[in-house]
Amino acid sequence: MATVTLSSIAKSFGATRVLGGVDLDIADGEFLTLVGPSGCGKSTLIRIIAGLEHQDGGAVAIGGQPVDHLRPHERRVAMVFQSYALYPHMSVRQNIALPLTMSRLKLWQRLPLLRALSGQRRTVMRGIEADVAAAAAQLQLDHLLDRKPAQLSGGQRQRVALGRAMVRHPDVFLMDEPLSNLDAKLRVHMRTELAELHKRLGATFIYVTHDQVEAMTMSDRVAMMDSGTILQLGTPSQLYERPASLKVAQFIGSPAINLLPASVGAGGRLELFGRPMSLAVQQAQGQAVSLGVRSETLSLVHGEPSGTGRAWFSARLRRKENLGSEYILHFDLAGRDLPGVTMRTSPAQAAGVSEAAEVTLGFDEAACHLFAADGERIEPRGLGVATASIVPLRA
Amino acid sequence: MSAPVPTVATVSPAHSAARRFLSLVLIHGVLVAGALFMLAPFIWMLVTSIKPPSEIFSAEIALWPKQFYGVENYRFAMEKAPLLRFALNGVIICAGILVVQLLVAIPCAYALAKLEFPGRNLLFVLVLLGLCIPVQVPAMPLYIGLAQLGLLNTYFAMMVPFFLSVFAIFLFRQFFRSFPDDIINAARLDGMSEFEIVWRIVTPSAWPAIAAFAVFSTVAHWNDLYWPLIVISDAKLAPPPLGMMFFADAETGSNYGALTAAATILTTPLVLAFLIARRRFIDGITMTGVK
Repeated sequence: MATVTLSSIAKSFGATRVLGGVDLDIADGEFLTLVGPSGCGKSTLIRIIAGLEHQDGGAVAIGGQPVDHLRPHERRVAMVFQSYALYPHMSVRQNIALPLTMSRLKLWQRLPLLRALSGQRRTVMRGIEADVAAAAAQLQLDHLLDRKPAQLSGGQRQRVALGRAMVRHPDVFLMDEPLSNLDAKLRVHMRTELAELHKRLGATFIYVTHDQVEAMTMSDRVAMMDSGTILQLGTPSQLYERPASLKVAQFIGSPAINLLPASVGAGGRLELFGRPMSLAVQQAQGQAVSLGVRSETLSLVHGEPSGTGRAWFSARLRRKENLGSEYILHFDLAGRDLPGVTMRTSPAQAAGVSEAAEVTLGFDEAACHLFAADGERIEPRGLGVATASIVPLRA
Repeated sequence: MSAPVPTVATVSPAHSAARRFLSLVLIHGVLVAGALFMLAPFIWMLVTSIKPPSEIFSAEIALWPKQFYGVENYRFAMEKAPLLRFALNGVIICAGILVVQLLVAIPCAYALAKLEFPGRNLLFVLVLLGLCIPVQVPAMPLYIGLAQLGLLNTYFAMMVPFFLSVFAIFLFRQFFRSFPDDIINAARLDGMSEFEIVWRIVTPSAWPAIAAFAVFSTVAHWNDLYWPLIVISDAKLAPPPLGMMFFADAETGSNYGALTAAATILTTPLVLAFLIARRRFIDGITMTGVK
């Protein structure tokens, strides 16, 4: 078992800088997910850890030992690829056995004619057979061992790829979008299987995905990447509840966070659509601030909006999405040239709103996230004693 | 092009079936005509090989001789010329050339397609340039070199100019480029050396390309007269076309029946080999390990 330490990893392809000095400490046995939009450098980073690419600067250490000079198979890492990368002309059994035959048999014992001369070979092969059978049993592949990859379904191929990675007991599992090619239902199922596999094996998992749901559901910690740097590193709930920047807030969470344009008024007090809020910031008057509101914190306001610490605005229902247990309501901001907002709510609440209806939406100001014009998170400054006495103004 | 498109309502099932039948007849008619055109010389060779000398030069075109003379022609050809020897020479030369070509071209093509190294593109350009050089250009230096080494009149002399096939390098490079990088990376992580990746992972997927190239290579060298004519004077070493030439000069004069019989015998192995390899083209190992 092993820790993985990345120190200021940099990589460029030609003039394009893909990674700009990434530092990352991954604990032994941790499930760490690298998440980010495509082209953010997450796949390059995992390939550098595997030794398939060489970094231009910085160092990789596994289990405290530098591995930069080691070839991929000497690093005791295994990798599962998005495309599964099974050997097409070999059976499932041969696919899973291959890493073992490579490590346990000498070169001449693998050669077509010479291998017949080796007495040891048979004993070694029996050991490999047993290990392959054990791995196959863990992944319920026993009955498929003699098939070729072409004869398997996507989920089965994925399990073979996992088996090939598991069978040599690596210290670190690297997974490069392993679930992206599966259909939605199977993906949900494999998420659970992978999380359980991680628990069972106790190995360090480094998982690359562009799907924030996978990142949120499986990981101990998530590193959100963009443009070759780590924007935020933390537990899934830290990323969701306290996103460090606008990009993190926009990427994490589904439906995506609602962004409302606020501006800084007199005394640093924020104004939303011209109405002062009970929040104040350090920013100078007149600056724009993005207000991030999660879809589940929005609620319908019936009657006259009132209450301290609550903001509200009017909107028009564009579309309802029925997810069974809940509804996603899409609103246009009435009369404003802005992207709409989404609200997650119960079927009972949703039933009360009809299409194209004008409604008032409110949210708890304490639950929203504030981002400066440069995208950095900002913390509200207290308004002091005055806060309690502020009554939301009417439109 | 701008024929009126019949609407759904106006086309009866019988009408559309008739149209489909007509277009099938038309397409197959064209294809059959083309095939006949290409097969005609071959058929004429077969027909001539069973005709008596008197009928070969008659003006009328007959697909079957009045007098079946096949036994005599074939017996004459087999007795007067060591045809099996020529065929064996052909097999030795073609197999030798093909094996070395594959051994050299496959690793070269893999390196050009999948390995990153400085000068790779330049090397590939050189390969493309090599494609432009006809075999006649280096013939003299090769001949002189072989003569100096005392290697004329050997199988080796007949094979050596063809060991390096730039065409094979080019063909396999194009094929390997589409081989998924992920599989190669997986093999590297599993501990395979680049050589093992070439022979155990990439080559087994390249069977369609190998089969196609094998046909090109074998046909070219089985039928090659130019180079053997330069380096071989010993009839015992002659490959089929050179053997035919010796046979035509010395033994038969203008006995075209026997000559075509010999040609038929020497063409048969190639036709059989092609018919067997044909299935490989159709099967084609698909790259279904991915996705």
